[in-house]
Amino acid sequence: MTTILESTATQQTEKPPVEKTQSTAVRNEAYGDTVGEIRVDNPRIRCNDVNVYYGEKHAIKGINLDIGSNEVIAMIGPSGCGKSTFLRSINRMNDTIEGCRVTGEILMDEMDINSPKVDVVPLRAQVGMVFQKPNPFPKSIWENIAFGPRIHGLANDKYELDEIVKRSLERAGLWNEVKDRLDQPGTGLSGGQQQRLCIARTIAVNPEVILMDEPCSALDPIATAIIEELIDELRANFTIAIVTHSMQQAARVSQRTAYFHLGNLIEVGDTDQIFTNPRHQLTEDYITGRFG
Amino acid sequence: MNDTTPRTIDIVRAGLARRQRAERRFRVYGRLAIALALVFLSFLFFSIVSKGYTAFQQTYVKIDVYIDPAMIDPNNTRDSKVLSAGDYGGVIKQALRDMYPDVTNRRDKRALYGMVSTGAAFQLRDMVINKPALVGTTQSLWVPADDDFDMLAKGHIDRDLPEDDRRLKDNQIGWYDNLVEQGRVDKRFNTTFFTAGDSRDAELSGIWGAATGSFFTLTVTLLLSFPIGVAAAVYLEEFAPQNRLTDIIEVNINNLAAVPSIVFGLLGLAVFINFFGLPRSAPLVGGLVLTLMTLPTIIIASRAALKSVPPSIREAALGIGASKMQTIMFHVLPLAMPGMLTGTIIGMAQALGETAPLLMIGMVAFIVDIPGGVFDPSTVLPVQIYLWADSPERAFVERTSAAIMVLLAFLITMNALAVILRKRFERRW
Repeated sequence: MTTILESTATQQTEKPPVEKTQSTAVRNEAYGDTVGEIRVDNPRIRCNDVNVYYGEKHAIKGINLDIGSNEVIAMIGPSGCGKSTFLRSINRMNDTIEGCRVTGEILMDEMDINSPKVDVVPLRAQVGMVFQKPNPFPKSIWENIAFGPRIHGLANDKYELDEIVKRSLERAGLWNEVKDRLDQPGTGLSGGQQQRLCIARTIAVNPEVILMDEPCSALDPIATAIIEELIDELRANFTIAIVTHSMQQAARVSQRTAYFHLGNLIEVGDTDQIFTNPRHQLTEDYITGRFG
Repeated sequence: MNDTTPRTIDIVRAGLARRQRAERRFRVYGRLAIALALVFLSFLFFSIVSKGYTAFQQTYVKIDVYIDPAMIDPNNTRDSKVLSAGDYGGVIKQALRDMYPDVTNRRDKRALYGMVSTGAAFQLRDMVINKPALVGTTQSLWVPADDDFDMLAKGHIDRDLPEDDRRLKDNQIGWYDNLVEQGRVDKRFNTTFFTAGDSRDAELSGIWGAATGSFFTLTVTLLLSFPIGVAAAVYLEEFAPQNRLTDIIEVNINNLAAVPSIVFGLLGLAVFINFFGLPRSAPLVGGLVLTLMTLPTIIIASRAALKSVPPSIREAALGIGASKMQTIMFHVLPLAMPGMLTGTIIGMAQALGETAPLLMIGMVAFIVDIPGGVFDPSTVLPVQIYLWADSPERAFVERTSAAIMVLLAFLITMNALAVILRKRFERRW
């Protein structure tokens, strides 16, 4: 395993990376190979030639990408570039969309998650998701957190469940705000608190990977800042892939950044490098605000 | 912008009065529509209540009965079998003859006997069987008056009409007035109406048989149509693939909702009674037929309720690894439940008021006994109303209206229940 990893990683670095020839006017399919380090040494998830189709529409075009352990990888790009679609295919949330088809390999623990042998229930317990709009269940705060552990059988009794609820809320930085009203509806919290509740709900199941689909786009700057801090803390225990529209946010929270354009993965690299020294013309155009 | 271009604000202001007029006009139309509906509704209620409220009272006559051992128990056995075979009708007749000894001719005697209900004899019999010691004593009894005298007491018989056009002759009215003078006539709450089954004698007829029939029928309907309807809706909405087959099923469900109910009755007759051999006139068959009729309503309402559950809730549950089943059971169904219950109650209210299909399966029969289960022959409230509305006796007119009131009370109770349930289940998201 390690040898294969190293060889692919070296292959990538040996390629001449600088390729600033394409202009923004080029809107054809020929974006060429992804620029940058698509492979990492300790991948948690490895995507090989992932394609997603919505009926006839080819939404994601042959993406190769590693998501490393305990890293935060940010996915940026203009609207409709497919970053959310790609994120949702990592825990097969696209299954729920009628007419959506995914090809290629998404390897996790050397198992293709799209293979018929894989059940989505354990997969999603392993790869949790936080959505764009805070979507707490219309139930009590306690119920919101306890639902996941209960259906997966993570707690033997009410006492253990209480412990999980408390710990999850603490890790999401929400415990002090809600400890006195765990029986109140989760929908009664403010937007930022609701989103942290959703994060707490996700980490209550103790997944290994957390996918976040623009988690702060519905929040004000203060709530956003709290969540960004939280993401940074969670990195110690989780692998996080975050889709964001805000380049500042990507720069603040992530170690690696992937730039998507019209279903293609244009460039991947260290966040610092992407934002200071983009290697692809499209990436540069996007981060300098020429379009998007 | 130069001076020749009119300012937007001026154009808007010019049209403002017209817009406001249009809005005011629309509000007036709306109020008129509601007022019209209220007028019709109050007219309906007024007409039913004013015709029917008298049915909740029944005229009773006090007679002094000598319980003659010769007619009841000639051998002095006091055996309940002998007692139950006694000629109580004769005893009552004797009592009436004793009260008016001057009535001698046969025709007048019959008119005299007609003053009290035939139920009086049964009342006396039950009394004596319960207490055999009464034989040989004289008892003062309040017995129900015959329905014609009841009508006279309630003022529904016009005394000014020529005698030949009246149901009660002059001598009968004379006896009645005489009884009133003696304080032997009283109006009491009509418990019979709420405890008895149907009867040919208006004063002995009651709504309870039809009410129990309705209860059993609706129970069968609810027990079948709610789970089947919800399960069908959940499967079609959440699990079924979108293809030609499901399209056809969907169209057909919508069509079924528009099929005239009598067709379901014919189907029930052909399938449940003739093919499966289920008993005729039984609430079970009625419930099955009404289930067929109610299912499309419940399925359509339940699907609409499921559709209205925001997808974010499903995604949230799926996103933490709930299976589809768990997502539906724990999150989607509770949120869709108010809408499903509303649809169910609408369907049940329809079923409660349904007459036509039940005529086809024999629930229109004249049934005196109170049904004891879903296999017993019975009738239902709307059919009972239909039967009474068809009866010529004046006393059945008020009973028809009273039965309508009972039916409306049932409906209002069911709707209130629906509102309460909906309020309980309703959650905001």
